[in-house]
Amino acid sequence: MAVSEVAAEGIVLEDSRDTFGQKVWDLVRRKPLGAAGAFVVLFLLVIALLADFITVYDPVKNSYDSMHVPPNAEHWMGTDQFGRDILTRIIYGARTALLVGFVASFIGSTLGLMLGVTSAYFGGRFDLIFQRIMDIFMSFPLIIMALAVVSIMGTGTDKVIFAIMIPFIPRCARVVRASALAVREIPYVDAARTLGFNHKRIILRHMVPNVMAPYLIMLTSFMGQAILLEASLSYLGLGVQEPTPAWGLMLQGGAEEYAESAPWIPIFPGLAITIGVFAFNLLGDAVRDTLDPRLRSQ
Amino acid sequence: MSATRAAQTFAGASNGGRGDTLVEVNNLKMYFPITEGILIQTHAGFVKAVDGISFMIKKGETLGLVGESGCGKTTTGRCILQLENPTAGEIKFDGVELTSLDARQLRDVRRKIQVIFQDPYSSLNPRMKVGDIIGEPMYVHGLEPDKEKRRKRVRELLTTCGLRPEMDDRYPHEMSGGQRQRVGIARALALEPEFIICDEPVSALDVSIQAQVINLLEDLRDKFNLTYLFIAHDLSVVRHLCHRVAVMYLGKIVELAECDELYDNPMHPYTKALLSAVPVPDPEIEEERQRIIVSGEIPSPINPPSGCVFNPRCSIAADGCRGEVPVLRELKPGHWVACPEV
Repeated sequence: MAVSEVAAEGIVLEDSRDTFGQKVWDLVRRKPLGAAGAFVVLFLLVIALLADFITVYDPVKNSYDSMHVPPNAEHWMGTDQFGRDILTRIIYGARTALLVGFVASFIGSTLGLMLGVTSAYFGGRFDLIFQRIMDIFMSFPLIIMALAVVSIMGTGTDKVIFAIMIPFIPRCARVVRASALAVREIPYVDAARTLGFNHKRIILRHMVPNVMAPYLIMLTSFMGQAILLEASLSYLGLGVQEPTPAWGLMLQGGAEEYAESAPWIPIFPGLAITIGVFAFNLLGDAVRDTLDPRLRSQ
Repeated sequence: MSATRAAQTFAGASNGGRGDTLVEVNNLKMYFPITEGILIQTHAGFVKAVDGISFMIKKGETLGLVGESGCGKTTTGRCILQLENPTAGEIKFDGVELTSLDARQLRDVRRKIQVIFQDPYSSLNPRMKVGDIIGEPMYVHGLEPDKEKRRKRVRELLTTCGLRPEMDDRYPHEMSGGQRQRVGIARALALEPEFIICDEPVSALDVSIQAQVINLLEDLRDKFNLTYLFIAHDLSVVRHLCHRVAVMYLGKIVELAECDELYDNPMHPYTKALLSAVPVPDPEIEEERQRIIVSGEIPSPINPPSGCVFNPRCSIAADGCRGEVPVLRELKPGHWVACPEV
């Protein structure tokens, strides 16, 4: 009885064979906010990919003729203290933000998925010790953990991705483990054992596909967090380094000195961070609502 | 000790021309520890799910295992499948002791022992197509490495189990309960096993579908010369399908006999009560017949009664029943009863 309840609660995702178009339309109708978030994310993705074709200025090159130019017809968002076009840098910054966001959250939550399912599958002492190690990792605040990693490994985009990824692993592992513990008790896992499958096959083919819902929820909710973390680290001077265009870095360069004299320098990258993170969070919420049937009816 | 001796005698007992012993269980015990506390764990006792049972099953035979819920039927099955590590006792399959095998040896034995689960909804991986569910074991054990041949074999198995071959492209949730149970049976057959443990294979199904699945199990037994351990609580289903029946109560076997002998001439007071609970499909007889109502609740397997575990609820219990644990005695040829008062 308990087992069929678990299955009914949708740890097991029922597959409905609608076409992709129907699914998209269904999402727009039922989750307008989520659809808006998805739209902004797609928009960011497109401008990040096509940055080279849609911008006219160089994002890196200094131009001392046009420093502190307020927004006008030529520079829609004005220029910064080095004469670089802010809109151009925001578009290129989307590239950095999305790269860090996607890669860090994908690797982090995928490692968490594997570790969480493995921990739940073997159980017992292994699970106990492993979960205490995860607890130790989780006891660091995200930003402190990332700071520690950056100060050991140095700065740079790849190191930032690594620093942000590390604290995601235990968070995802714990959530996934909770679902995997329930899945482990469902008879099809017993069936797989009696059929003589090895541990690797049971974990990868029989357990992992059935905990995709919490994994996807964690993955999408991490993306917004990763972008915010990257901005925070860059702002603190521990993330992406000049002259690479990154939203947090643009804030750092502009916030204190120019908040009054040239407010467009910090305002536009600040808005970009806000809208980007907000869009990812809306998308994450919609994904969670769709995949978690306990919230579906409400 | 006495239980072990009893089981050895079973092996010698004649059994209507059926073959050699295939499965032998000797003095099997499965105690689940109960722990208290989070940081400092202390043992608060054991749930004695299975407490020293012995039986054997001959090739081609079907042994029924009946009893009310919580009596340890399923745990016995899980021990034979090596899904649980028994606390004590021997499980021999074809003369091989299962509890001492290493992982690789166990893999080979597992091909020959398969299981059909009770719940057809949770026993199939919802993320895999029916064809993959049945084909995967063949691939893993190298029975049918070629993809096309494997597909053909899967479709044959589906036909054998009364499904349409094109159903291999379906997901389990696109099928009905009875169809899913047939998929579960086809999966069990995929490795060409000799012995199948049917763990209440029909109790989650509609009555009309139950009959179909029972008939299918019967046909398959004849076709592939299978041996079954049939775990159930539906006594009429057991009578239809089984050659011999063992009755379990609170982790122990209280009576074991040939099927007709047990139903026509039950000796243990618990078996009598159990059989009298089966409704008779004739309202007049049903109205008049005497039912034996057992008083009280089934005791906790954590702290079972001393002596005979049935003594607090037994109508013929004597003082001796509280002291000594009764041993299975052969009162008639092939009819074993664990009660000193009959």
